Amino acid sequence: MTLEKKGEKNIGKIKGLSIQFLPYSEIRNLDSNARIKKILAIVLGNNILILQGRLKADEEARLIGDTMAMIGYVKEFKGIELAVIEGHGDEGMIDKMRKSMLKVISGGELGTITIIGPATIVKEIKKNPKKIELLLNR
Amino acid sequence: MAIKILREFFQRIFSNIFKNKKDLSLGFYGPPNAGKTSLANRICKDFTGEELGSVSKVPHETRNVQFKEKVEIDYKGRKITFKLIDTPGIATKIDYEDFLKYKMGRKDAKKRAKEATQGVIESIKWLDDMDLVVIVLDATENPYNQVNITIIGNLVARKIPVLIVANKVDLRKADIKKIEAAFPEYEVVGISARYGKNIEEFYEALFKLSKKA
Repeated sequence: MTLEKKGEKNIGKIKGLSIQFLPYSEIRNLDSNARIKKILAIVLGNNILILQGRLKADEEARLIGDTMAMIGYVKEFKGIELAVIEGHGDEGMIDKMRKSMLKVISGGELGTITIIGPATIVKEIKKNPKKIELLLNR
Repeated sequence: MAIKILREFFQRIFSNIFKNKKDLSLGFYGPPNAGKTSLANRICKDFTGEELGSVSKVPHETRNVQFKEKVEIDYKGRKITFKLIDTPGIATKIDYEDFLKYKMGRKDAKKRAKEATQGVIESIKWLDDMDLVVIVLDATENPYNQVNITIIGNLVARKIPVLIVANKVDLRKADIKKIEAAFPEYEVVGISARYGKNIEEFYEALFKLSKKA
């Protein structure tokens, strides 16, 4: 409840651009609920979040679901823009094994970053294999 | 006591028979306006003579999960009975003002937006009920959209077989190769659900996919 009230005041009013970096260690020990709550609190505060690593597939789906539930409930909130940026995926067997081991040790995909921004600020995150563009609303 | 044991025995046998004969739940997933309902309609029309839902140029036309039971696809002498499940398009943002561009009143636009958000939530909930999923993508759009990747990730996590359909190949901007490059581990079938182009190829791929269920 506090989360929505806190975000409600800020959504839709751009006062400069704020980018917040969240290391994976900040969410590693949180359960899915707490992770999504933390992420949405940052986004509802009109920040673009750069998260080290990525959420699990079901957490990503839940993030979308929770975002939808907030549209119309939190004033001016229109949703999020979301992109997960990974490596090329064309690395060799040894690199893949190294990556999997790192994932097991760290508990997350640390070579990946997730960008999440409020749709009122981030118009689109254009992704293709060669470049990533963050298009902002005026 | 003996009667009770016998009754339970037969109940178990009959429930297993019906369980095995359960129709395959075939879901249509994807972003809004990719042509999920158009494809579901094409299949329904081909094999039942009826359509499943209405289609529109305005995004989020399908705002509730709609399904058709007992759709028997009879293709080249092979038959499979499906339960077709057409889901609302999944999006990460919905702005009622986008609907105003389609000459919709503010009140209706707000209502549509609200229903669309509920539709997305419903689509996500239905993921668990699918045996097979056809992901319908608009071949004229950038496939590297996170929604597509999230849907596929969730299906992989649930071990649900996936077929990717690149729809709208009748349009000049359509680029199937881009979709194939984005999802190299999946079979991609290029079709035009509206005009029925390559629909035979789609049925062939669907039969192949159903063997994995």
